[in-house]
This record gives sequence, structure tokens and C-alpha cells, in this order.
Amino acid sequence: MSFYLVQFLSGLAAAATLFLVSSGLTIVFGVTRIVNFAHGSFYMLGAYLGWSLIERWGTTPLGFWGGVALASLAVGALGALMEVGLLRRLYRSPELFQLLATFGVVLVIQDAASYAWGSEDLLGRRAPGLKGSVDILDQPFPLYDLVLIALGPVVLGLLWLLFNRTRWGTLVRAATQDREMAAALGVDPAKLFTGVLFLGSALAGLGGALQVPREAVNLHMDMSIVVEAFVVVVVGGMGSLTGAFVASLLIGQLQAFGILVFPQITLVLVFLFMAVVLVIRPYGLLGRKEEAPPTAASPGPPLVLATGLVRWVPALLLLLLALVPLVAGDYALIVLTEVVILALMAASLHLLIGLGGLVSFGHAAYFGLGAYGSALLVKHLAAPMPLALAAAPVLAGVGALIAGWFCVRRSGLYFAMLTLAFAQIAWSVAFQWYGFTGGDNGILGVWPPDWAAGKAAYYLLTLALAGGTLFLLRRAAFAPFGYTLRAGRDSALRAEAVGIDVRRHQWYAFALAGSAAGLAGGLYAFSKGSVFPTLMAVPMSVDALVMVLMGGIQTLSGPVVGAALFHLLETEVMSLTEWWRLVLGLVIIVLVLAFPKGVAGFVRDLWMRRKEA
Amino acid sequence: MSPQTPNTEPLLTVQNLQAWYGRAHILMGVDLTVGRGEVVALMGRNGAGKTTTMKAVMGLMDTRSGGVSFDGRDVSALPPHRIARLGLGYVPEDRRVFTELTVEENLEVGRQPPRPGAPSWTPQRLYTLFPNLAEMRGRRGGRMSGGEQQMLTLARTLMGNPSLLLLDEPSEGLAPRIVQQMAEAIRALKAEGLSVLVSEQNLSFAAAVADRASVIEKGRIRFDGPMQALLEDDTVRRQYLAV
Repeated sequence: MSFYLVQFLSGLAAAATLFLVSSGLTIVFGVTRIVNFAHGSFYMLGAYLGWSLIERWGTTPLGFWGGVALASLAVGALGALMEVGLLRRLYRSPELFQLLATFGVVLVIQDAASYAWGSEDLLGRRAPGLKGSVDILDQPFPLYDLVLIALGPVVLGLLWLLFNRTRWGTLVRAATQDREMAAALGVDPAKLFTGVLFLGSALAGLGGALQVPREAVNLHMDMSIVVEAFVVVVVGGMGSLTGAFVASLLIGQLQAFGILVFPQITLVLVFLFMAVVLVIRPYGLLGRKEEAPPTAASPGPPLVLATGLVRWVPALLLLLLALVPLVAGDYALIVLTEVVILALMAASLHLLIGLGGLVSFGHAAYFGLGAYGSALLVKHLAAPMPLALAAAPVLAGVGALIAGWFCVRRSGLYFAMLTLAFAQIAWSVAFQWYGFTGGDNGILGVWPPDWAAGKAAYYLLTLALAGGTLFLLRRAAFAPFGYTLRAGRDSALRAEAVGIDVRRHQWYAFALAGSAAGLAGGLYAFSKGSVFPTLMAVPMSVDALVMVLMGGIQTLSGPVVGAALFHLLETEVMSLTEWWRLVLGLVIIVLVLAFPKGVAGFVRDLWMRRKEA
Repeated sequence: MSPQTPNTEPLLTVQNLQAWYGRAHILMGVDLTVGRGEVVALMGRNGAGKTTTMKAVMGLMDTRSGGVSFDGRDVSALPPHRIARLGLGYVPEDRRVFTELTVEENLEVGRQPPRPGAPSWTPQRLYTLFPNLAEMRGRRGGRMSGGEQQMLTLARTLMGNPSLLLLDEPSEGLAPRIVQQMAEAIRALKAEGLSVLVSEQNLSFAAAVADRASVIEKGRIRFDGPMQALLEDDTVRRQYLAV
């Protein structure tokens, strides 16, 4: 009995931290409508700054708590700086761009933290005066955790007072509901948003700094917390503070007891929970229906079939690419093979985003399913490569059919969050199920047979399969299926009014896109000879988004060009410097700032201006 | 009042105002003025450009061109909140009450410092003008009737102590009794010294409150003159107002 009580209290302590971080995230989202990936990085920075300050002053209670507060304020200031320097320019951009901009910040902070604090785990000093534990029904429980448990409700109360009893809070709530009307009444939205980013980031920093006595500070804290905080925010209802509090408590307990009941699938549990909540309560536990659901991206002018000589460019390009092995060495062929694979991956994601208007945050899941499907067949059944490759799109397609059935029931950000949930479930399985998937050791020895083992032979095989699939995807875009998808994207209501089952077509598109990504994954597994859980992780999904963005979502060739650009840039930068994340992050930020409507949108605007002049 | 030379220049002057929704050209060059203490009715059919004119004056359109000067200042390039702080109060057609906020909180959002030369408002004074609101201070905006919301929207804008009100279709969709109250409220505001630009389709409502009328059709002003002249001009009324 007492053991369960202590477990329950541990769950409460974990919930407190989770609440601090997710309350910040939900406040920022509620007001700015920006999904801030960098929120986890602010948490991590709070932990690192907290660690440094506590190392210096943390011998006295005043020094310790002063250090925690200072770390939180410093992180808050950084958040405000990000609003002024970056987000402010993007409020009118498609959500995808805002998301990518904050992901650029994630990469920059990763390398900055690594430069400043190194990559070793840092163990912090414990809070003076709270080092001991108390006995609760004869079980020891850390005193510090009791303080954390109390802190959660206190912060909730203070935030409630701030939002309901101050003019600033009233203005923030007004702007949350109708930014434009608040501005027309004389409220400066920009100032308000800077303040909100300060508050939200400071809460993340506070959460991070408070973790110092509890766990080692490291460079992986950002992604793990931000994904968990997303879950809390979505489960609680986006923008709802009380919802975030309740969801934190539930998820804290789910983790505390989940580890007892299902030690193997603790990571999956949280995402399963979120998927179930979203299916039952579409807007989270305490969320309200959005009056205008957030839109994914502006589609731009309609796609038209290329005519004249342009029509032959893809075939010509394919022919040229097929001739490359005559002149190129092995290294170039390896890189090109990867480019072709990623082009297929990006094009499959573009089918969802560009044609369907469905922004998936978890497309890596299907890439990974294909890769793991192939690798597992080879490892457990000694399947030959052709069979393993054929199974990749089938497995990924089936996975996408299942996940897609749930995902297409929601739109906008909730769709994105569901895709993220399914990707995290797939990732957790690959990461935690050591016996079957090898866990983070991955699966090694997935090599092509002798006839395809040469770099040139495998390159040509990849080119043929990926090229063929790209051709099919293009056919789909200009078939009635493609027009139907686009109709559903531009106006779901009108499409339904003329008799189109929008959801069903989105579901098919999801499966088709997943299947194509799966083939790319299978090809990738054999090209590398191994698979790892990172193939399904969030950064992989984001990479795919960056590729689609770089090329622009308005054209079918966009994602292919984007994949090539992105991969060549990445390989080049990685070979030049170990700070490639910093460079890549800055490139993303500059791209988003320079082309707030996307590269293709920029070119189109330029074109139109020329035509009008 | 401090001794001032009477200012005969109009409070609001709009010249060749153009505006676009995306690539759709809505306002083709609107010219209008509102004098100090004057109530002007902006009349026209659905889709003629009344709402767009108000939004463009307020800086709420993405793309606009042309001149807007308010109280002798060029405001055509200012963001909405700066325009509002100069004393231009906007009451939107679709009300846009903050539904999650109480009546009192809605008023608080509109509050701005008092402005010399414009009537200044407190919640207390507004509750006297709109007794209905006084009875529901703690009620959320989302739980009010359309008429109550319309009163709240007007009261909220008045909290900014504007010298000119942009009232977009205040009588639309309201019960006759409420329309009556609204007309009385506008006359009371005029008596306080407020200038008003009110957009209307309802000719009798406009006749009851306005000194002058500007008739808009297809993004241009087609008639401008005293209210009485519009009432007597059958051609204009038939051509642009369909009454």
C-alpha cells in the first residue's frame, strides 16, 4: 500500500514539472497560435543555466532559489527576444513556416548548449535544506519532490490570478480570442505577444531549472520534454491552463504506474492515451471548438500539367541521372542514392501537404515502418531483398491505413498532433522492444545481395524504383483522385456538397503517401545496411517537412528539388563542421525569414509583379 | 473648455481609398468626409463596399492605398492600434464581442486614457446609457443576446474615448425595439459632441440619425449630400439602394 502511495507522489512530482513546461506552451499557443518547438529547448536552457548558477551560489537556500529564479528570467528574456526577432515577422505566414522557424531555433540552441556546457551529463547540487527525505507510511520520499508537488497548484493559482485579475491578463485573453478586434480597440498585439513569449519561456526555464537536483542535465532534454508537453497541451485542450494541469496530473500518474504494469511500453502509453482522448474528445479534455481551425498552408494557384518542352524535363532528368554511374565515383553515388530516396520521401509527404492540405508531423513513421519492415524480414526470416523491398510499402501502407483512419477525422493542428502521436508510438516500439527490433542498437547487416551490392547497381535500382513511384504519384496528382484531394483542401464543405467523401479520399491519400514513404524507407535500409529508431524520430519528420518547404509546396517538382538541396547541404555542412546543427538551424531561419511565403510563393509573387509592371 | 479657434476642417477625410481582398479589388477609390460633430450615413447595398471602407479606414485591410487623414494627421500607413489610440472608435458589423470575457472585462479591453476634446467614458456612465448592460456585468459575452452584444460592442468602443465612431450596420438583425434604442443612443452620442460615420441599408434608420449621406456602389461613392436631399432624390435611391 505505502509503495503505491509513494509511486503516486512521484507521479505528482513529475506532473508538477510537466505542468510548468506545458502551461508555458499552452499560453504561447493560445495567444500566438504558434506551435513552439523551441519550448523544449528553453526548458533545457533553463536546466543548464540553473545548473551553472546553482553550482556557483547554490550552497545557501537563498542562492539556490535565486539561481533558479534568475535562470527562469533569463530564459524568459530569450523567449521575448525570439518573438521580437523572429516570430513577429511570421504571424501571417503559414503555420508550417512558423513551426520550421522554431525548429531552426531548436537546432541552434542544441549546438549553443553543446558548445557552452559540453555533451557530458551534468549532475547538479541538491537543494540546501531539502536534501533529505521524509518517511511516508515507512517509505522514504524526497523532501524536494514534496516542494515540487506543492508548487504545481501554486503556479496554477498565480497564473489564474494573472489572467483573470489583471488588465494585462484580460488583454491577453481578449487577443487570444480575436487579435484583430483587440488591435482595433487600441491594444498593441506585438507588445502583448512579446510579454506572452516572456512568460511562457520563463515557465519552461523554471521547469528546467527545478529539475537540476532531480536528474542529470543533458542535451536530449529538449526533444523528450517538448513532445511530452505537446501531449499534455493537446490532451488538456490547446490554450487551456486548467486542461494542461489536469492532463499533467493524468500523464504523471500514467507514467508512474505504467512503469509498474507495462515496463516495456511506458513510452507508448502516453501517446496511446493521447490518441484515445483525441478520438473521444476532439478538442482535448477542456478545449473548446476552434471557430476557425488553424490552416496548414496557403495552396497558391492551381497545379497545371506542364506543356511543351517542359513536359519532357522529368524524363530527361531521369535519363541523365541514369548515366551518372558512367562518370561518378562511389561516394558521389552513395550521396545520390540517398538524394533519390529522400526525394521520394519528400514527394510522398508533399502529396499530403500540397494536394491534401494535411500537414503531417509524423511522416517519418512510414519511412521507418518500411525500413524496419525490410530489415526485420531479413533478420528474422532471412528474406531475400526483392521480397523485403516489396514488403516495405505494403507494411507502411497498412500502418498508414490504420493511423490514417484516426488522423483524417481531425484537421489542422489536431491532425498534425495525431500524426505525431502515431509516429511516436512507432518510434517507441522500435526504441523499447529490444528483443524484436534491437532497441537503440538497431538492426545491422541488411545488405543487398551480390547482384545489387555494387554502388552503381544499387543506385540504378533505387533510381528505377523511386523514379517509377514518383511517376505514379504524379499521375495520381492529375487523376480525378488528385483533383478530389485538392477540392477537399480548398473547401471541404463545398467538396462535400458536390458529393465528394473528403475524409475517405484523405484517408486513401494518407495510405498512398505512407506506402510511398515505406518504399523509400526500404530502399534506405538496404543502402545503409542498417536501421535505427532515429529513422522514425521527430527530427526525421521535420527534415522531410524542411525538404518540402525548401522546394515550395506549390509545385510537384518542389519536394524533389527540396530534398536534393537539403541533403546536399546537410552532407556538405556535416563534412565541414561539427556544428552542423547550428548552420542548418540558421539556414532554416534565414530561409523562413527571407521567404515568408515559401520559395515558390516568392518566385510567383516576383513573376506576378513583373507581369503587372 | 480651453479657448480654441473653431476648426472647420473635417475630422475625417478619405481620399481615393482603394482596398483589396487577396486579388479582388473591392474599393475603387472612395472619397468621403465626416465633419466635427456630424453624423454621416454610409449607405449602399450588400457588397457595395461599406464594411470594407470602414475596415480600410481602421487599417484592418491587408492591402489598401489612398489617403486617410484623421484630425489633421495622415493615418493611412498606421497599424490599427495606433489609429484607435488617436481617437477612432470602430464598432464592427459582426460585433466580435469577446465571448470568453465578462461584460466588465470586455469594457476593460476597450479602456484608453481620456482624450481632450472627446467625451470621456467610464463603465458607470455607460451603464447609465445602456441600462441592460448594468444588470449583466458579470455575464460572459457569449451568453448574451444579439441586441445585448450590439450594445456591449458599442459601449466597449466608447471606453476608448473616441472622437469619431465608425459604426458598421448597427441595426442589422436586431429587433425593432432594439433598433429604436440604438437610434436613441446614436443621437445621445451626437449630443455629447461625438462624430459618427454609420453604415446602413435601412433608410429610415439612417434618416433618423444622420445629417448627411454618402451612397456607395461597386466601390465608389455615387452620391454625397444632406440626408434630406437623398430622401428627395428618387433616382439615386432606386438606382443604388433599391428602395
